[in-house]
Amino acid sequence: MYGKKVKLRFLFLSLILIVLILTVYIVLKSLEDNVVYFISPTEIKELGEIDHNKKYRVGGMVKKNSISMNSDQISFIITDFKNEINIKFSGVIPNLFSEEKGVVAEGFLKDRNFLEASKILAKHDENYMPPEVREALKDK
Amino acid sequence: MFEYFNPYRIFKINSNLQKIIFFCFIIVLSIGLLEALFLSPEDYLQKDSVRIMYVHVPSAWISVGIFSLIAILSLSVFLFKNKNLILISKSLAPSGMLFTLIALVTGSIWGKPTWGTWWAWDARITSMLILFILYVLYILTFRIFEDQDKSNKISSIIAIIGAINIPIIKFSVDWWNTLHQPASISLTEKSAIDSSMLIPLIIMTAAFALFSFLIFLMKYNTELIKVKNKGLKRL
Repeated sequence: MYGKKVKLRFLFLSLILIVLILTVYIVLKSLEDNVVYFISPTEIKELGEIDHNKKYRVGGMVKKNSISMNSDQISFIITDFKNEINIKFSGVIPNLFSEEKGVVAEGFLKDRNFLEASKILAKHDENYMPPEVREALKDK
Repeated sequence: MFEYFNPYRIFKINSNLQKIIFFCFIIVLSIGLLEALFLSPEDYLQKDSVRIMYVHVPSAWISVGIFSLIAILSLSVFLFKNKNLILISKSLAPSGMLFTLIALVTGSIWGKPTWGTWWAWDARITSMLILFILYVLYILTFRIFEDQDKSNKISSIIAIIGAINIPIIKFSVDWWNTLHQPASISLTEKSAIDSSMLIPLIIMTAAFALFSFLIFLMKYNTELIKVKNKGLKRL
């Protein structure tokens, strides 16, 4: 149906595309540490050694009943339901920060169980609903 | 088959179509804005900032969709050497770029009150920024290279290579940990957005799609006039 030239070009193009996809895959795979925005408490536990001068971002859920606030400091626990990490932070917390919601804390690791955060980001999940629906879901 | 697309016939149809599309766009946009800003409920967690989503998400969809179209057209240009397809993809680019910018800016405005930051170098946001850069490069090649054959070739290469970015944008939230939330809507599963919020989202998407189509028709007609001014009987 198509001419020889078209077929040749198609072959050439498919080859280029395959090579391109492979290249991008390999590049992204090798840069995985940089592509990932945060690591989980479990991954912190599995870290070989801790670099005390490097900022780490830890993400997970804020554990229920773990938030305690002083006059200028807030401490809470981030959990991925396997491992936990204690966070201490003084500064402005985002509006959406609350128990059992996603959070990302950025700061220096003191040890594998303790991070002194310099920035707290709230993570929003994919659910959107009006308050009434939320109430109805809660009652169930 | 391609001879059917006579530039002068298309020009006429285009001009009439523009008026109809403009009319539809105004109506759909008014309904969409009314739904999004007043009739739809606020979110249980984000309160009123959820309304930013009705601009952000459709813009992001359209910008990614238009780039996919440009990539497919560029592939066909390479295969069939059809110059009309280049005019089409060239005319699609401006609205695609505009919506990428809108998605980035509205995302930033939404990010501040919800996440607590204007910008994060996470995979989804960065890949959207790359998409914007690709759009800029794509549009610029037509300005930089005066030789038409050259600009056609280079722009097609940009679009084809840039197509790799499209699946990365889509799946970045599944492949890596990102600050950006995963997709709420999928073809196979139940939507994570309540239906009262889904309706304005769909209407706004339709409005933005109509707007892109309108800009496309205008730009395409300009391109046809350029062809005519060069005194070419065919493309």
